Amino acid sequence: MERNLFKYVWHHSRKEQITVLSVVLISLPFYFYSLTVPKLIVNQAIQGEAFQDGTEKAPFFEINLGLPEFLGGQSFQLSSGIMLEQIPYLISLCLLFLAFVFINGGFKFYINLSKGAMGERMLRRLRYSLFERVLRFPPFHMKNVKSAETATMIKDEVEPLGGFIGDAFVQPVFLGGQAITAMAFIVVQSFWLGLIAGGIVAVQTAIIPRLRRRLLILGKQRQLAARELAGRVGEVVDGVTVIHVHDTSNYERAEVSARLGVIFGLRYAIFKRKFAVKFMNNFLAQVTPFLFYLVGGYFAITGRLDIGQLVAVIAAYKDLPSPIKELIDWDQRRLDVQIKYEQVINQFDPDGLMPAELQDPNLGTDEVLDGMLKLSNVTVNDKSGGPPLLMALNLEQPFKTHIAIVGPLGGGKEAFGRLMARFEWPDSGRINIAGHVLEDTPEAISGRRFSYLGPEAVMFQGTLFDNLVYGLKHRPLKEASYNQQELVNRKTEFVLARRTGSSLDDINADWIDYDSAGASGPEDIEDQVLRVMKIVQLDGDVYGFGLRGKIDAGNSPELSEQFLEARVLMRELLRDQGMTDLIEAFDPDVYNKNTSIGENLLFGTPVGDRFKEKNLAGDPYIREVLRTSKLRRPLLQMGVTIAETMVEIFEGLPPGHELFGQFSFISSDDLGDYEKIVGRWNNAGHNSLSKDDRRMLLSLPFMYVEPRHRLGLLSDELTDKIVWARKFFADNISEDDHEFVEFYDPVRYNSEASLQDNVLFGRVGPGQSGVQSKVEKLFSEIFDKLGLLDEVYQVGLQFNVGSGGKQLSAVQRVQTALARNLLKRPDLLILNEATSVLSERLERDIIHRIREDRKDFGVISVLKSPELAEEFDYVAYLEDGKIVEQGSPAELKAKRGSYAALVAA
Amino acid sequence: MSLKLEVQTLQRVPMFANIEAARLKLLAFASERVSFPPGDILFRQGDDSDAAYVILKGQANVNLNSGDQVITVASIGEGSFVGEMGIISDTPRTATIEAVEEIEALRISRDVFINMIKEFPMMALEVMKELVSRIENTNAKLAAVSRKG
Repeated sequence: MERNLFKYVWHHSRKEQITVLSVVLISLPFYFYSLTVPKLIVNQAIQGEAFQDGTEKAPFFEINLGLPEFLGGQSFQLSSGIMLEQIPYLISLCLLFLAFVFINGGFKFYINLSKGAMGERMLRRLRYSLFERVLRFPPFHMKNVKSAETATMIKDEVEPLGGFIGDAFVQPVFLGGQAITAMAFIVVQSFWLGLIAGGIVAVQTAIIPRLRRRLLILGKQRQLAARELAGRVGEVVDGVTVIHVHDTSNYERAEVSARLGVIFGLRYAIFKRKFAVKFMNNFLAQVTPFLFYLVGGYFAITGRLDIGQLVAVIAAYKDLPSPIKELIDWDQRRLDVQIKYEQVINQFDPDGLMPAELQDPNLGTDEVLDGMLKLSNVTVNDKSGGPPLLMALNLEQPFKTHIAIVGPLGGGKEAFGRLMARFEWPDSGRINIAGHVLEDTPEAISGRRFSYLGPEAVMFQGTLFDNLVYGLKHRPLKEASYNQQELVNRKTEFVLARRTGSSLDDINADWIDYDSAGASGPEDIEDQVLRVMKIVQLDGDVYGFGLRGKIDAGNSPELSEQFLEARVLMRELLRDQGMTDLIEAFDPDVYNKNTSIGENLLFGTPVGDRFKEKNLAGDPYIREVLRTSKLRRPLLQMGVTIAETMVEIFEGLPPGHELFGQFSFISSDDLGDYEKIVGRWNNAGHNSLSKDDRRMLLSLPFMYVEPRHRLGLLSDELTDKIVWARKFFADNISEDDHEFVEFYDPVRYNSEASLQDNVLFGRVGPGQSGVQSKVEKLFSEIFDKLGLLDEVYQVGLQFNVGSGGKQLSAVQRVQTALARNLLKRPDLLILNEATSVLSERLERDIIHRIREDRKDFGVISVLKSPELAEEFDYVAYLEDGKIVEQGSPAELKAKRGSYAALVAA
Repeated sequence: MSLKLEVQTLQRVPMFANIEAARLKLLAFASERVSFPPGDILFRQGDDSDAAYVILKGQANVNLNSGDQVITVASIGEGSFVGEMGIISDTPRTATIEAVEEIEALRISRDVFINMIKEFPMMALEVMKELVSRIENTNAKLAAVSRKG
């Protein structure tokens, strides 16, 4: 990348800079003329100089063009103007003034907008190219890259550059022009005074930047310190589990505190320096008038300068300091951003940056690769100077052979896996895969025809489906369908992207390479997804995600209708099997004893926090409902009973004991408060309670579920009242509040509830042995019958895996990553201890299924447990970085060498 | 049946007989009320021990598998406490419990039981007493058997 910011800016925005510069120059005459109009208004119109000779009318807008002396000095009248009386003359001049205000404002608007847009465009280009370089960092460089630091550099550190880029060329020209004019004027008036002014300016320009040099160094240090802080915070967040495990939180506190201290120190030093420079600057600016008055006054008294000239000089000088100061400021900013720029650029220019051609999407091929896999004399040195990781490897096998790589830990098999994935480069020797030299193979071939999975399964935030098809998104294949307006937006964006050297590919296009997954399009890709899910045995989990997932009835009305059908069928089956007692359906007219009082009252799913169980007691609308339905007293009484029981049975347990969290209505922190409230109630009754006391008491019964808590608190009278209150709640809810609850309705799909809750539409009572598994059987029976199984899987595939896939278990992440690799149907699949997190049985099963699925394609698997190698076609045994033995498992076993010993162990 | 009745049943279990009512209430509250239709299995011999059961209502058989045969060695009913040895020693189930009639029971999970013992030394002592008395009982039986032999 260009190391000089100015060259970089000029190279990429020459045309725009020149345009803005020209507009600035064009605007200057207008600006100067607009300054003379007020003078005209006062002198000509108001004081009437134009009407001095007793004329009633004066010419307005008279334009004369005078030729210079050497051309004859003639004067041409371009416009004779119009003759106007004094008042219209005044009005016309005032309107002219207004017109200039508009014109100048317009120029300013255009110039600022162009400068801003230019800056932002450059910023976009810069950020894009930085990010683009990250994608081309060589793998070994990545080991030293902190993600948070890289992110701050791209996001924050280049930000000030945007503001400067617009001013990079315009500002010095503009300000310099102003300063030179003012200087020239002074020199013309008085050579000596000009000399003085020039001298002071020279001192200013010489001293100030020197003073600021230290400031720049400090600024550089501050930038580094801030960047490291960001990196450290990122590291702490990522590694927070280690901090908890080792009780090092206080160490981390001290460490970050120390860093903040350093940043404060730097900042403070910067401030001191900055304000000292400012003081110096102001002082020098004021020294000049001092000298003018002194020297100029002396000249005037001694008659070498007339007073008019002195006044004019001082007036002209007024215009001088501010452009000079701004020029110095500009220079300061220039140095500052230049340093920032260099510092950022340095971080993005590692040795061995991959050439852009390696990622050219057009170099790919859809042809199935076939031929030989051939390693000749491949050696990989250890970058830290240890013995070679891999030494003189030779291996030659047909491409489709399933090869297992085994050996002792650290014997080189892991490095072998990384080598095949190009995370290590051979220092000598050559790897040839089906006619392609591995090193020079563009990613468009290696990424489409090969596939690699290491021990870490990387997931991105998004749905499970997104993560599975991620390996198919090499290039946009089908244009997005846009409406008129969207099409216009896309075209604008396209033009801008081209102007800023950014990617021209449309993110909204369909990037999924269905072909390579063996599908024909979006319609049947799910079949293939399901196929690979079965291979990695994640189909059951996806089904579970589906059951617990949600669909929006508004977006998919047909689907929700089908699940309503399933609800009806479920009821029928439950009735047939005599299970209606065990799973109590939601009936608007009946109290559902398997759910809490709160849920019975709400009779719906809370949307957002407003009507969550814990917030019900404090909610004004709920209070109103309770008042109207005369439930306040009974519920309060119930709260007292619950509180009493809790105080009785949890007393004596140490605070924070896990039994509290699991079983109590009341947290250990609140137990003491409740004890006091109960005491007050028992002594002085209802009226002794404060508003807060009542809220606390009322919050308890909302969580109460009779069969679970068994305190015997429900009577028919009470449940009738609650059902009445439920109706009142639904009938009188305001439109604004309505959005916070989605009511249970036997004939409507509830978009806020999970799929299984929608189909079951009821609650399983606690402690019914075997009901859960019976219900699960019913679910699959129903979905099978209604042909909804695929839909459930589809909903399951929409499961959000969370940031970095954290919503999945480690095993599920590995399964998903495997599925992603299989979905792509690569010609060669390389697994580098990818399955070692799995349980032994699952690993064996999955490896077996993968091999079966890939009968006609290549597999290289680095295995942790050598027993799994038994079923492979070919085995290479690595020790001390060398292939010690290779051959079919049977051959190697017969040899009774290292491999046989390893398997036997 | 509510918590109060469960506590009354618990008080009839020898191991819990001398423990304050409030503690038993906590034990009952932290336990789960479960029911099993006739023929259902409460737990199976060889399974992991995750909970003990106090029978509140109904009859159940204690079955032992020996080879292919299933031998019913005892019948238990209201107030019986089963599966407690397994959760104390964290060993697999030594017998199968099968409901003969509709069973109502309190399921005391291992975590809850261990937590209670940890928190209330009185309870630990009672459990020990009970176990000691069982050992004495067994010793006495052994002695009787060896005298006969």
